[in-house]
Amino acid sequence: MPSNIWVLAETWRGQVTETTLELLTLGRELGGKLEVVLLGNKSLAASLVGADNVLCAENVAPTPEAVAAALTQLVKERQPQAVLVPWTNLSMDAGALAAAQLNAPFIGGCKDIKADAGTLVAQCVVYGGKLEAAVAATTTPALFGVLPGARAASSGNAPAVTDVTVTLPEAKVKFTKYLEPEAGDVDITQQNVLVAVGRGIQTKDNMELANDLAAALGGAVCGSRPVIDQGWLPLSRQVGKSGMQVKPKLYVMLGISGAPEHVEGIKGAQLIVAVNTDAAAPVFNVAHYGIVGDALEIAPALTDAVKAKK
Amino acid sequence: MNILVLLKMVPDVVEELEVAGDGKSLDASFLRTIINERDDHALEQAILLKERHGGKVTVVALDAPDIDDTFFTAIAKGADRAVKITDAPEGLTTQSAARLCAEAIAGLLPADLILTGVQALDDLDGLSAALIAQQLNFPYVGVVTAVSAGGPTATVLKEFAGGVRGEFAVTLPAVLGVQAAEKPPRYVPIAKVRAVMKTSKIETVSAPGEAAAAQIDVRQLAKPVVSSHAEMLDGSPEEVAGKLVELLAQRGLL
Amino acid sequence: MSESAVLTEPSQCELTLDNLLESAEGQKVLTCMQCGTCAGTCPYGDVTEYPPRRIIGMLKAGELDTVLRSGSLLNCVACYACMAKCPRGIQLTEVLLPLVKERTFAQLPEVPAELQKALQNTLRYGNPMGESPRKRADWVKTAGVPIRILHQDPRPTDVLWFVECYTSYHPRGQDNSRATAKLLHALGIDFAILGNEEKCATECARLVGEAGLFDTLMDYNMKVFGKYQFKRILTSGAHAYDAFKYRYGSIGFDYPLEHTTPFFAQYHKQLKPKLMKKLDCTITYHDSCCLGRHNDFYDEPRLLLQAIPGVKLVEMEHNRVNSICCGGGGGGMWLDTYYKAKGYERLSERRVKEALATGADVLAVSCPYEVSRFEDAIKTVGGGSKMIVRDVVELLAESLEA
Repeated sequence: MPSNIWVLAETWRGQVTETTLELLTLGRELGGKLEVVLLGNKSLAASLVGADNVLCAENVAPTPEAVAAALTQLVKERQPQAVLVPWTNLSMDAGALAAAQLNAPFIGGCKDIKADAGTLVAQCVVYGGKLEAAVAATTTPALFGVLPGARAASSGNAPAVTDVTVTLPEAKVKFTKYLEPEAGDVDITQQNVLVAVGRGIQTKDNMELANDLAAALGGAVCGSRPVIDQGWLPLSRQVGKSGMQVKPKLYVMLGISGAPEHVEGIKGAQLIVAVNTDAAAPVFNVAHYGIVGDALEIAPALTDAVKAKK
Repeated sequence: MNILVLLKMVPDVVEELEVAGDGKSLDASFLRTIINERDDHALEQAILLKERHGGKVTVVALDAPDIDDTFFTAIAKGADRAVKITDAPEGLTTQSAARLCAEAIAGLLPADLILTGVQALDDLDGLSAALIAQQLNFPYVGVVTAVSAGGPTATVLKEFAGGVRGEFAVTLPAVLGVQAAEKPPRYVPIAKVRAVMKTSKIETVSAPGEAAAAQIDVRQLAKPVVSSHAEMLDGSPEEVAGKLVELLAQRGLL
Repeated sequence: MSESAVLTEPSQCELTLDNLLESAEGQKVLTCMQCGTCAGTCPYGDVTEYPPRRIIGMLKAGELDTVLRSGSLLNCVACYACMAKCPRGIQLTEVLLPLVKERTFAQLPEVPAELQKALQNTLRYGNPMGESPRKRADWVKTAGVPIRILHQDPRPTDVLWFVECYTSYHPRGQDNSRATAKLLHALGIDFAILGNEEKCATECARLVGEAGLFDTLMDYNMKVFGKYQFKRILTSGAHAYDAFKYRYGSIGFDYPLEHTTPFFAQYHKQLKPKLMKKLDCTITYHDSCCLGRHNDFYDEPRLLLQAIPGVKLVEMEHNRVNSICCGGGGGGMWLDTYYKAKGYERLSERRVKEALATGADVLAVSCPYEVSRFEDAIKTVGGGSKMIVRDVVELLAESLEA
C-alpha cells in the first residue's frame, strides 16, 4: 500500500513559510500520496507546489489548541502514515499537542527521514548537536518535527484543493496580538558582514572586541540566544531559531558552539568563519574556515590584521 | 497562585558525550547530569510569579542521580515543596516519562499553572508540556517567554522568529512550555542550599501505574557524520589572522 | 575519574556575623579606632561608600543592614591593603569582610551575571571557567617533561603539586605550569599532580562571600588529599596557598605548604648555575596581594629574578606592601563588567600605567590572574607599548639551558 505522507503547512505574515516547502520536498521522497494540511487562507494553497492535494480548513485560530484539534481530527479521519511538522517555534507546540492527542510519537529535531522497508526512520539532532540519533517510528501515524534546511524548497505544480471542515473545541487559548521587536538601529538581515558572538565572549565587556572587528570589516554585530538573554545585545540582533535568518557574504562566529538553533539562522551565509576553543564543537561542521582558539585573542588579532590590510 | 513545576535532569553537554558499546545509548561512565536548562527557566518564572502574586511553588521530578541537589536548590531559590516520583521503570522516553509525571501531577492538583521547559535536549518522541496538558485536559501554549497572571486567565507571550512575540490569553488552569523566564535563573548562595538540606524534606510518591510502551526504536546513536568540515587555520593568533585576511582579500570581502 | 563535589553538611561551626563579636577575632574588631587608614589605602576607596572603618562602626551600632543594602562590599577586591596597614592588626580582608560580603550576597536582588556563572561553574565543574573537569590535566601532554598523575600512579611522592584552575585551563596559565614543570624537573624534585581529581581551592569565591561553596570544595579536596601519600604540598595558585594555609587547618590540614615562588627561592643555590641563557631585559616586579602583603614574600621573587643573567630590576612607584592590586582577587576577576558599568577605573590599568612609567621591558608577576589582566591592560592603555607580562617561573624556565 502506498503510504500517505502529510505536511502541516505553516504560514507567517500571510505567506507559506519556506520550511513548509522544504518539508514537501522531503515528503515527496518518502513515497505515496503527498498531502498538505493548510489551516489558513485557501488562496495560499496554490503556493504549496509539489503536493498532490491540500486539505484546507479556514478560520482555524493560530493557537496550538485549535491547530492541534484540527490536525488531530483530520488524521483520525484519514489515517496518513506520517505527518511532517516544521520544527519551528511556530509549529512545534501544535505538533506536540496533536501527537499527544493521537497518542502518537512526535519525533523532533529531524534533519532527514528515510523509508526503510515501510518504516520511517529519522536522523535526529540531539544533545545540542553533539550527537545524532537514528529513530524509527514503530507505530502509525507518527509525527516528525523537521528542522528548517533539511531539503531545498519544493517546485512543481500547484496542488488540488479539498475543503475540509473541523469542529473546534471552545477556545481556552485566545490569540490577542503580535508584539514587534523594538526597531533596532541595524537590520542584520540586510548586512553583508556580520560578527556573531556567543557564550565564548564571556562578558559584556568583551563585546567591544566584536564591535571593533565588525567596524573594521564594515559590518554589524549579532549574537546567539545566550548573549541576548543576558541583555548584552537587543532582540533585534538575535540570529537563529527564535531570531533572524541572515544571509551575509561573511559571517564570523566568535565563541559559538554551533547548536542547531543558531545554525538554522545562517543557512544563507556565504562564507562562515568560526572561532571556538573546542575543536569538537559542532560549529566546525558548518563553518567553511575554522580556528581553534580563544575568541578573545583571535578577534583583536584579526581586527589588527584587517586594518593593516585595508 | 498555586504553581507546579516539573523538572528533569539531562546529560550535561559540557562533557564529551560518548556512545556506549551498544551503539544506541550514552556511555554512562562519564555521564554527568544537569537540570534541563528550559526547566530551570520554568522554575525561575514560577518563583517570579510567586513573588508577584503570592502563593506556593511545588517542584516535581522523577527520581534521578543528583535530583536531590536540584530539589534543594529549588527550595533555596523559593520553592515551597518538593515531590520526587520514585520507582519509575528504567529506559523511559520523553513520552512515557511525561505521561507518568502527568499522573503524579494529577494527584497534586488543584493548581493554577503547571510550568515546565518547552523542550529538553534529550527529547526523542514528544514534548513533555504538551503531553501533560493533553493528559490533564488543560490548555497549553509552548515557547513561552513571559507570563502575567491575576485572575481566571493568564496573559502569555510566545516567541516566534525574528524577535516577534505573540500574546495569548489562556484560561487557567493551564500548562505552559517555557522557553525563557522573564529574568535569567537567579543565583542562590551555596550556604543557603546547605541550610535547606538540613531543614527541608523531599516528599516522595510512587510512580503510578505502568509506563506506556515506547513508540520509537532508537537504532543508532553516533557522532554526526559530517559531509563537510571547516578548513582549519593553525598558528598563533597573529598568524591565523594573517592567513584569514589573505583569504578574505582574495574573495573581495575586504 | 572525577567525582562530583557533592553538597555535604557544613564541616563545623564557622564564624558568622552573628557570633563574630563574641569571638577572639571579634574582640579585635572592637578595638578599631576609626583612624581611616583602611579607607585611605583601599584602591577603590574613593568609590566605596562603606570602607572597613565604617563597616565596623555600623556593626557596633547594630546598623549593618544599611551596609548590606548598599552593595558597597562588591567593590572590594580582597587585596589585603587595609589589613596590612591596620594599626590594630584586625583581620579585615581575611575574616571580617568575607562575612559581611556573605550577608550582602544573601540580600542582593540580582547577583552580577558573570560572577554567578563563575560560582555555579566552580560548584559543578570544579573551576570557575566552566571547563570540563576531565580536561583539567590536558596541558600535561605538552609539558615537555614527564609529569606523574596520582590516580594513575599512586605511589608516594615528595611534592604534591596543586596546580589550580587558571594554571590548568587558561592558555597563559598553562604556560606557567609548563614552566613550573620544567623547573621542578631541572631541580630533580620528585613531584606528582592530582590531575582531574583536583578541584578549585575556591578562595576567591570565599573572599567574595560564598563560604558555603568554599566549604563544599574544601571537604572534597581534603578527601582527595587523604587518598595519597606525600611530604608537602606545592601550589602555583597564590589564593590557593592562602586557602590551605589559613582555612584548611579547620578541618585538619597540616601538610607542609609552599607556593612556587618562595619554593624556588629556597633552591636558589641549585637553580642559579642552571640559568644559562641571558635574558637582557629590564624587569619590574609586581607584588601580588596574597604573596606580598598577606604573606610577606617580597624578597623571594626579587632574588629569583636577579639570579637570571642579564636582568636589571626596577621598582614601580607603589611596591612591596604598597603594591596596587591587579583587581582580580576576591571575585574581581568576574566583576569587570559590573565595575565598568559603574564607571570605575580598572585596577589593572592603573597598575600597568605605573609599570609603563618604569620603562621596563617586562612586567613580572607571580599570580595567575595577573597575567591576562595585565596583558589586557597593556592593550588598552599601553599606547602600543611592547612591554610583555611574564610570571617569574616563566622567566626562570626561559633562562634554563635548553
